[in-house]
Amino acid sequence: MTLLGQPPPSVVRPHLAFRDLVAESVTSLLARPGRSLLTILGTVLGIGAIVATLGLSKTAGNQIVTRFDALAATSVTVTQRNEFGWFGPSQQTVNLIPWDAEDRIKRLNGVLAAGIKSNVSADGQLTRSVPINDPLAQTEFAINLVAVSPGLFDIAQAELRSGRFFDEGHSLRADPVAVIGRSAAQRLNLDRVDHQPAIFVGDVTLIVIGIIEEVAREPSLLDAVVIPNGTARKLFDLNGIDEVQIRTEIGAAQLIGSQAATALYPNEPNRLRVAVPPDPRAVKGAVEEDVNALFLVLGGVSLLIGAIGIANVTLVSVLERVGEIGLRRSVGAARRHIAAQFLVESAAMGFIGGIVGASGGVLVVVAVSATRTWTPVLDPWIPLGAPALGIVVGLLAGLYPALKASRLEPVEALRAGL
Amino acid sequence: MPDPVVLLDRVSRTFAGTTPVHALRHVDFRLEAGEYVSVVGPSGSGKSTLLHVLGLLDEPTDGLYFLDGINVALINDAERTGLRGDRIGFVFQDFHLLRHRTVTENVLTALLYNRFPRRERHGAAVEALERVGLGHRMDQTTDKLSGGERQRVAIARAIVSRPSLLLADEPTGNLDTATSESVLEVFDDLRSDGLTLVVVTHDETVSAHAARHVRMVDGFLSETTSGRGTR
Repeated sequence: MTLLGQPPPSVVRPHLAFRDLVAESVTSLLARPGRSLLTILGTVLGIGAIVATLGLSKTAGNQIVTRFDALAATSVTVTQRNEFGWFGPSQQTVNLIPWDAEDRIKRLNGVLAAGIKSNVSADGQLTRSVPINDPLAQTEFAINLVAVSPGLFDIAQAELRSGRFFDEGHSLRADPVAVIGRSAAQRLNLDRVDHQPAIFVGDVTLIVIGIIEEVAREPSLLDAVVIPNGTARKLFDLNGIDEVQIRTEIGAAQLIGSQAATALYPNEPNRLRVAVPPDPRAVKGAVEEDVNALFLVLGGVSLLIGAIGIANVTLVSVLERVGEIGLRRSVGAARRHIAAQFLVESAAMGFIGGIVGASGGVLVVVAVSATRTWTPVLDPWIPLGAPALGIVVGLLAGLYPALKASRLEPVEALRAGL
Repeated sequence: MPDPVVLLDRVSRTFAGTTPVHALRHVDFRLEAGEYVSVVGPSGSGKSTLLHVLGLLDEPTDGLYFLDGINVALINDAERTGLRGDRIGFVFQDFHLLRHRTVTENVLTALLYNRFPRRERHGAAVEALERVGLGHRMDQTTDKLSGGERQRVAIARAIVSRPSLLLADEPTGNLDTATSESVLEVFDDLRSDGLTLVVVTHDETVSAHAARHVRMVDGFLSETTSGRGTR
């Protein structure tokens, strides 16, 4: 030995195998399972909320798109643009939509059905079914009078209770026939049409040839007296078409929307207004953004609370375990080993919180989807990313307590802690 | 001749403050391998500071300290920590066991940080526990042990890494007379196996087990009897 005493190579630097570090941290957590579980509750809620939010918005977004696909995404409606302020369409002075609109539209590729529809002004005249006045019962009703082309029944997917629809022939001959909706029939006390009942709109007599039981679209038909175009023009002075309705092949709506106005009024197609369903992709994006923005903020807030919870408990645990920290220093743990243990413990809590939270979130998505008969949709990175997010939260939360623990002087720690 | 385990050369430790506290004043101390020394003295006399300096938990403000011939002032903080984990075992008055953990796990704590071969760890822990007479308690959690058993677990933990120096700070301070005796018997056994022991105590019966006695008063160290060569 020299007086200065060089450190011989036998001085070992302190070392902690990663495996031992993880084992020590996990054992510490498992030593107090109740407290560890309570600690991760905040993270569980936060990550659960985020996963459920992302999953539900995705699921709901897809669901809304599916609904548009089924019905609205194949509907195109053409109306006449209002050019002189606020007028009801039937008071339009100039009629831009031709009477053969149905034929013109049906020639377009991608059109499954087309029909035209107009509200007929009967000058406020009431409709009745019997030419008698019964003083005890209401026999006259204000029922909408609607003129359609036969194609509209197709569009509305109307089903008859009895009788038949009118056809092009009725319209050409201007036959005084009508098909009435279920509700209108009930009010007019009509149940069957085999005896050709008559109804009276003002002083015009119409023969009822069919009763509509159900429609998929245009529910207003159920409470209306529906007559052929030709009849309306002759008997009720109908002078213009309100709207043309088109049902397209799935996916053709955008295309038909761009062609319909030209087909109907080639001179000035932009004087017609064409309503097409919104682009499905746009709808999906918009819905997801709306739902996400709100709930992600909520999820983020709960995650923040969760992180503060972990930080808090880890800090308390550092204070409680001052003695243990001193002991570990005395058996050769370096400061960084102390810091690493607390970091791994808080990261592990975050990780478990992430897994449990993600599972809970997925369960919520599945449960909600089940009650609504939706198809649950979830991005695959969500259940994978949630535990990673949990680890990040745990690490951030454990940073300050770990630093505090590592800065304790071993002598002080041994003296203070039991 | 081998290096002494401990060589203190005019070591002082002063705690700075408005009124500086001189916990150690120019202490010269030499400890050969296999010695069993008791340190007695009134409270506040610097006993604990001496122990902390010897255990590399605290650094002298002046003077030189050689542990196994290594000048500890010349190595950095991490190396001192490594040296502590490798060559020094501590036994504290209040045991410092990890609650909720088994006896074996507590002993294994001392092998985590000093590159002790993983495969030999468990065997070493069992051996250490058998030496302190706790071979039958290995899977108990420490909460269920008596005070004397707890201190023997702490001793097992202190010796499991086969240190050069065992430092005990009031090891029987929290124990009654009967259990104190069981702990002191363990120390006697370790001593006869050649372990170097420093026991800080204010208890004469404890001190009597040691072959050599030193006394601390106001930071000064003095030999009361030289037990060198006597057993």
